[in-house]
Amino acid sequence: MVRAADYAIEAHGLVKKFGDFTAVDGIDLMIEQGSIFGFLGPNGAGKTTTVRMLATLLKPDGGNATVFGYDVSTETKEVRQRISLTGQYASIDEELSGIENLVMIARLMGYARKDARKRAEELLAAFGLTEAAKKQVKNYSGGMRRRLDIAASIVVTPDLLFLDEPTTGLDPRSRNQVWDVVRALTKAGTTVLLTTQYLEEADQLADRIAVINKGKIIAEGTASELKSSVGTGMLHVRLVNSSDREKAETVLSKRLGTVIYESSRDSELRTKVENASVATQALADLEQAGVMVAEFSLGQPSLDEVFLALTAE
Amino acid sequence: MNKRDVIDNQQLHAALTTNKRPTPPNPLNAVFTFAWRALLKVKHQPEQLLDVAALPILFLLMFTYLFGGAIAGSTKEYLQFILPGILVQTVTQITMYTGMELNKDIQKGFFDRQRTLPIWLPSSLIGALLVDSLRYIIASTVMVSFALILGFRPQGGIIGVGLAVALLIIFCFSLSWIWNTLALIMRSEQTLMMTSMMVIFPLTFLSSAFVDPSTMPRFLEGFVKINPISLLVDAVRGLMHGIASGQDVLWVLLSSAILIVIFAPLTMYLYRNKK
Repeated sequence: MVRAADYAIEAHGLVKKFGDFTAVDGIDLMIEQGSIFGFLGPNGAGKTTTVRMLATLLKPDGGNATVFGYDVSTETKEVRQRISLTGQYASIDEELSGIENLVMIARLMGYARKDARKRAEELLAAFGLTEAAKKQVKNYSGGMRRRLDIAASIVVTPDLLFLDEPTTGLDPRSRNQVWDVVRALTKAGTTVLLTTQYLEEADQLADRIAVINKGKIIAEGTASELKSSVGTGMLHVRLVNSSDREKAETVLSKRLGTVIYESSRDSELRTKVENASVATQALADLEQAGVMVAEFSLGQPSLDEVFLALTAE
Repeated sequence: MNKRDVIDNQQLHAALTTNKRPTPPNPLNAVFTFAWRALLKVKHQPEQLLDVAALPILFLLMFTYLFGGAIAGSTKEYLQFILPGILVQTVTQITMYTGMELNKDIQKGFFDRQRTLPIWLPSSLIGALLVDSLRYIIASTVMVSFALILGFRPQGGIIGVGLAVALLIIFCFSLSWIWNTLALIMRSEQTLMMTSMMVIFPLTFLSSAFVDPSTMPRFLEGFVKINPISLLVDAVRGLMHGIASGQDVLWVLLSSAILIVIFAPLTMYLYRNKK
């Protein structure tokens, strides 16, 4: 039976406690089918715990959630038939070879012996692992392991794939490969929920992003919505003499009425601006005050700035 | 850069869109797949068979020649008595394989994947236990063959020995579920192994495996007589020498059933609700 559901994931007030510690503290989610949803947050924010509850591996202590209309705590079998999970630690058997792992998963999904082998070979070829097929996985590099892990998750193309920090610890080339796979998956109609600590990753991949901190969602929206929630724009100014910093801060905050963000270099100043004309006035003020400006730019804040602004509160 | 070491987008897209979801496997197929997995581990690491091939011989030689003269007056006579005992001790000591593999799966993350597969959950453990049974058969064959060379003469003949080994396998299969339960509770393989050793070692020594219980002090004799390992040793010894009663066998089957009834559901409860 296929249940009509508008959303791939719908969660209301999810709570998970470990003893006195509340890991997830009332999370609401609406994730559209076929989209890539990014869960962004620092270590220990509650990302993995939330994913494990949605993937039927943990029972929520409060609230409820459905996956394609099926309840994650009471209809686990129906949910499990539609999802796949790639955890933070490779969910494959390191003592077996790559092909043995995939054949085993395919058999457990219900493929006949011959079809399982065919499917395994097809996936190994697609993931560039044909040459390493017969090597034990414990001899794989981090990137190869991650690719095999994702291949194991799509032996049967899932309707919903959970990717828990899929690129943590990977080199840039392997990371780009993982991103390609995620994009290919959505083209094939799969909904992806991905957790990440990297803002760039969320920015690159996700249609919508939820910023999670201390078990709560503190902001949600598209990357550009999140950026504009922090301010319409961000003014960057680089001074010729870093000794002018104090003077420049006073001038800018007087004109703009905003906080100047801390930065790693004294010569660099960043602040929110309402619009371009205020920004030009501010720059004119700087010149009048005798502060020499080496470089300036006006643009959308980066997700990094959004993240820092949101989690600072 | 190696050209074949990259993701092929076209192939990937094809792989993602061409496959249909098969019907989930029946429990038997899932069990066999997990048995195949356990066999592959042996293939990749054949040295793990050392304890089922070398350990039995080592134990047999040690016990026969160390205690034979002192306990029974002659090593040959003692061998008739002790072989079933050592067999039980050796084989019960290798019953924690499946539990240790389960514990490793939990540490490494493969456990999460298993739990999200559309399979009958106990199949992963039962498949591994089937391969464990193979280990028990190998260990028994090695030990009995070697003992025959040393002068072991079972009066029950090949049928008696076969039945004895079969009974031993049934008991060990049931005993394994204790380690499976513990595997889901304990933090590491090492603690699991230590714990099982601490249980198995005294239980096998404080049994009828090596010494006739009637020579023991009264309090000890009482314990030894109700020790399930004693029941097993008595039945195995009786079957090998053709003097076992139906009751001997029944007691072993009963204790096996009790172990299964308690620990298999407990294991699966913990398995489903882990963390």
